[in-house]
Amino acid sequence: MSDPAVHAPVLQLLTPEGERSASAGQDPAIRFDGDDDTVRALYRDLLLVRRIDTEAHALQRHGELGLWAPCLGQEAAQVGSGRALSPQDFAFPTYREHGVAWCRGIDPARLLGLFRGVELGGWDPAETGFGLYSIVIGAQTLHAVGYGLGLTMDGVVGHDAAAGTEGTDAAVIAYFGDGATSQGDVNEAFVWAASFQAPVVFFCQNNQYAISVPLERQTRVPLAQRAQGFGFPGVRVDGNDVLAVQAVTEWALDRARSGQGPVLIEAVTFRMGAHTTSDDPSRYREQAETDEWKAKDPLLRVERYLRSVGTDDAFFTDLDADAEALGEHLRSVCRAMPDPDLAAMFDVVHAEITPELAAQKAELLAYRAGFEPEVAR
Amino acid sequence: MSTRTLSIAKAVNAGLRAAMEHDEKVLVMGEDVGRLGGVFRVTDGLQKDFGEHRVIDTPLGESGIVGAAVGLTFRGYRPVVEIQFDGFVYPAYDQIVSQVARLHARSGGLVTMPVVIRIPFGGGIGAVEHHSESPEAQFALTAGLKVVSPSNAHDAFWMIQQAVASDDPIVFMEPKRRYWENGEVGDEPHPLHASRVLRRGSHATLVTYGPMVRTCLDAAQAAAADGIQLDVIDLRTLSPLDLVPVLESVRRTGRLVVVHEAARTLGLAAEVATRVQEECFHSLEAPVLRVTGYDVPYPPSRVEEEYLPDLDRVLDAVDRSLAF
Repeated sequence: MSDPAVHAPVLQLLTPEGERSASAGQDPAIRFDGDDDTVRALYRDLLLVRRIDTEAHALQRHGELGLWAPCLGQEAAQVGSGRALSPQDFAFPTYREHGVAWCRGIDPARLLGLFRGVELGGWDPAETGFGLYSIVIGAQTLHAVGYGLGLTMDGVVGHDAAAGTEGTDAAVIAYFGDGATSQGDVNEAFVWAASFQAPVVFFCQNNQYAISVPLERQTRVPLAQRAQGFGFPGVRVDGNDVLAVQAVTEWALDRARSGQGPVLIEAVTFRMGAHTTSDDPSRYREQAETDEWKAKDPLLRVERYLRSVGTDDAFFTDLDADAEALGEHLRSVCRAMPDPDLAAMFDVVHAEITPELAAQKAELLAYRAGFEPEVAR
Repeated sequence: MSTRTLSIAKAVNAGLRAAMEHDEKVLVMGEDVGRLGGVFRVTDGLQKDFGEHRVIDTPLGESGIVGAAVGLTFRGYRPVVEIQFDGFVYPAYDQIVSQVARLHARSGGLVTMPVVIRIPFGGGIGAVEHHSESPEAQFALTAGLKVVSPSNAHDAFWMIQQAVASDDPIVFMEPKRRYWENGEVGDEPHPLHASRVLRRGSHATLVTYGPMVRTCLDAAQAAAADGIQLDVIDLRTLSPLDLVPVLESVRRTGRLVVVHEAARTLGLAAEVATRVQEECFHSLEAPVLRVTGYDVPYPPSRVEEEYLPDLDRVLDAVDRSLAF
């Protein structure tokens, strides 16, 4: 099989060596306008997101979490796209978008509950503009399309230009991986979004592996190229380049908000860790491949750039202290998370508990009560 | 008190119309529901009156229809989706059972999912494969879904409106072979999640729903000519079940026959029989009997009359119950 990863140009604005690069032939609308303070803020995000990930990984190894899905190596794809979102936008994640959750302002400790096994969700989608983690592969892309149809019906797509307003138009971003592109739901989502010109940005983190199965099993062409067949643009971006990811996602979101329809972004990245903590990547990939990607680390290049423009050491040491504090926060909140009460599940099956469920709940409580010591009479 | 006579199909149409007039967030979406008015014309005229933005001809993909409906609820919409035929719901099964049914619980109650999934179901229309299925139990056993089935025009008119008004997802099973049966639609809806006693007897109890309600009423009338008086109960709500009238009836008659088109094994009748023996064990004079489809794929239409429960099979079961 040919290697689909090497056959299409990849947009890059910051090289692995930390040099700003202008990409030739790209749409001039795709550009990173931020100053060095903005880059420092992005670096802060990247570093803290990595800390969230390594801390959660350690918590799993210590038995505090049942499972963790690491985002190690994908921080730039997540932070770059997450910081491109406006408050009025909405994101539908998979179960690995810890960096996007961070950008949406969710306390990262809230991400731990479902991996600890104390809850199924953990945050309010309406309040945060961030959907619940979705474990069935690709299902959430259709939800994003429906949300996008709703945005159009609500008159917040292509409205600003006509009304002379700013910041009221909204878009939705759907996250998924390279494996998900083989799912029917993702392909249906492409059809729908194209058909209705829905304001959806499809953000594919191509991290090269679907658990153990390499990209070549999912596709014969670069994933971004598929968009053309559905009738909308597809763009490949260096997913380890936070500047390029933010630039291309801002461009795609602007385009969607203004009513020009969907875009597929393929962020070419690499899952440096395991699929989840239950997985062993040494069974299906060579260390050399991982080492090759390590040289393209999303944090290292930004650090190199920031040092080259004279960012002082205090910035980095302060940031390390922030990361330490964040780690301590995660550990303490995680360990204090109480187990849920199974009986409470009956109350949330429906908007209102049914007589059947009320009876089963009573049965559980009565059974439980049978184990309690008898009160002296 | 005003009544009007409508077919079940037209009653659903009128109910949808009323729901859309009542709440501008109500949308109708599915394959061919717009310009064509649906293959059964249940949505006839709605797109003309409410516009293409509220009555949406979708791409041909059931998972997409239900998945998009989920996303629309996040914007405050109340989608009523049509699955064109019972046998075509399976491509959407994952979205229904993994997403629609669970988002409320997954979110700890923060997210409501006011989606109605309309499915014309059941056989007896001489159709090709996949157009005569009765998959209701597969939804009734799924936590988080509610399942209802009207058997007459009055219920069709009111129940679709009640389903749309519900904040919970509802699978709405429409008895397609009864679509053109006329009935009076009155002013007073019955509660959505309540079964109804349609006929009072004393010798045995018939429990059924959807398309088999007509069959059981006819059977009860025929039995009455022979001096056998049957209770006939229309379940109406398949999840949650309302067995209060059933238990009351069985305590009087001591005999129960449960009737549905769906195949026998693990059908709704199995659940009804279990709960009845749990609650009225000492009242039973005979084993609970089931009259159902057989555990085979839905047969070619030339033999479907033999597959489907009919008046004679129902009366045969009643006779066996009485003879026990």
